[in-house]
Amino acid sequence: MRNSAIAVTGLRKTFGDKVVLDGIDLDVRAGTVFSLLGPNGAGKTTTVNVLTTLMKADGGTVRVAGHDVATEAKAVRASIGVTGQFAAVDELLTGQENLQLMVDLSPIRAADGTRIVTELLERFDLVESAQKPASTYSGGMRRKLDLAMTLVGDPRIIFLDEPTTGLDPRSRRTMWGIIRELVADGVTIFLTTQYLEEADQLADQVAVLDQGHIVAQGTPDELKRLIPGTHVRLRFATAAELDAAARVFTDSTRDDEALALRVPGDGSSDSLRALLDKLDEHSLAAEEFSVHTPDLDDVFLALTGHTTEAVAQ
Amino acid sequence: MNTQRMRTKSHALVMLRRNSKHITRNPTSVFNAVLMPIIILLMFVYMFGDAFDVGVDYIDYVTPGLLLLAVCYGLSGAAVAVNSDMTKGIINRFKVMDVSRGAVLTGHVIASLVTNLVAIAALIGVALLLGFDPSASLLDWLGVVGMVVLLGFAAGWLTVALGLAAKSPETAGMAAVPLVMLPFFSSAIVPAEMMGQGLRQFAEYQPFTPIIETMRGLLEGAPDSGDAIVAVAWCVGIALVGYVWSLSTFQKRA
Ligand SMILES: Nc1ncnc2c1ncn2[C@@H]1O[C@H](COP(=O)(O)OP(=O)(O)OP(=O)(O)O)[C@@H](O)[C@H]1O
Ligand SMILES: [Mg+2]
Repeated sequence: MRNSAIAVTGLRKTFGDKVVLDGIDLDVRAGTVFSLLGPNGAGKTTTVNVLTTLMKADGGTVRVAGHDVATEAKAVRASIGVTGQFAAVDELLTGQENLQLMVDLSPIRAADGTRIVTELLERFDLVESAQKPASTYSGGMRRKLDLAMTLVGDPRIIFLDEPTTGLDPRSRRTMWGIIRELVADGVTIFLTTQYLEEADQLADQVAVLDQGHIVAQGTPDELKRLIPGTHVRLRFATAAELDAAARVFTDSTRDDEALALRVPGDGSSDSLRALLDKLDEHSLAAEEFSVHTPDLDDVFLALTGHTTEAVAQ
Repeated sequence: MNTQRMRTKSHALVMLRRNSKHITRNPTSVFNAVLMPIIILLMFVYMFGDAFDVGVDYIDYVTPGLLLLAVCYGLSGAAVAVNSDMTKGIINRFKVMDVSRGAVLTGHVIASLVTNLVAIAALIGVALLLGFDPSASLLDWLGVVGMVVLLGFAAGWLTVALGLAAKSPETAGMAAVPLVMLPFFSSAIVPAEMMGQGLRQFAEYQPFTPIIETMRGLLEGAPDSGDAIVAVAWCVGIALVGYVWSLSTFQKRA
């Protein structure tokens, strides 16, 4: 418990008669990345809002940096930084002025402030646009400025609500790099995302939030172990071939629509060779052959019975 | 407690600086707050001035009224600014940084007040060029400034409340429109006696009329203390309502 940066037990939150969070337990060790994963409307932002003192919980206890968010909001606020889902930058101010605003509002001495602003502009590659109003920034630049503003007071616990949603793959990688640097500095990160790959890449611990409940929690690898293992997918040209193959591989599952067969296997070269030999033996030829290791998308499907996409619709 | 107070005060200053930058960088708000009253002054003096017989030079009659109009024209900008702060993510950042609601809102009120003073100085400057000839003493002028500040402060808090209560920046801009229209239905442009029956009663009893009459009296060097007391009472009342409404709305808006 001593090492917990964030400890949540039995957190409940309702809006009217709509139960958004229905008894959530979380524990985030200091210096690690915790990722809360869930589709649109799962309650990620609501969780972040409660954990960052912006909303009152209807039940349960939340301790952040050792302080109770309900009774010691000030102490909590002094130890956290928050980058919300929607960029919270001042559009009419320039990048530099935005950072200066954060300095002016925090108990930083003026001399240090100037240095901090310069350093952050450099670190986030915003020097060139520092004198331009934030309204002229691209989405990626705005996100970077937003995060830079969060870092002004050097918070030890940082909340990032969907930090890479809407970013192109390159900006996403830049953002991941920045997050990894923060972790290397010993900062605790609480990150929400809809991208399973992101959680896989960054998180030490992942919790899957679905309809107000945590439906699974663990390391990315532990979660992947929860679902059917590695398999080989064979796609055939005709239904007749699929039938024949299904008779040969008795432990397989078939997908008639795609004319495909899923054959369990561990993905090693020996098992693949054996499988190919068997195909040869029965004079079967697959149109397509691919090895699948489960990713968190599969985990999500298995745990919630729906894919992230389906819920997003 | 004391350091807390200091903190709020300096945060309010930071917010004031921020809001002032907003105002000067937004051409529409500068136009609305500073140029619009001057355009209206020119319009009334040159186009309609001869049509109204008010007993004195029309410019001497209308300038005090337009001072009040100038205060009102600055308000819609403040309502929009407050609402934008609430509807955009930045307010959450301020909350997590422990910036008090008092500081955020005071910043808006003071910025709007400063805009008012700039607009009024510009308006008086133009009016003097057009032949405005007040017979106010230094003390009367101080009275005028005091009245303007009090009105700007009161209307500022009311506008902040309107801005907080509105759903979006667009509706916030609309919410301030009645405040902009109200001077036209007061003795600002023409004396109440020259209006139709219904309008006249409205004009006589609405808050802006005593405020305008007070300023008119001061600028003519003959202030009427009866008007002044009513005017100050209205301002204090409006400020109080605006302040209380603002704080309670701010609390409700997460
Ligand atoms: N202030 C509010 N009043 C009423 N309902 C709300 C409020 N805020 C959120 N909700 C509801 O709570 C549920 C969870 O919302 P939340 O914003 O936490 O989801 P999310 O996981 O962050 O989704 P997204 O991925 O779209 O950001 C939604 O059904 C939403 O409609
Ligand atoms: Mg969200």
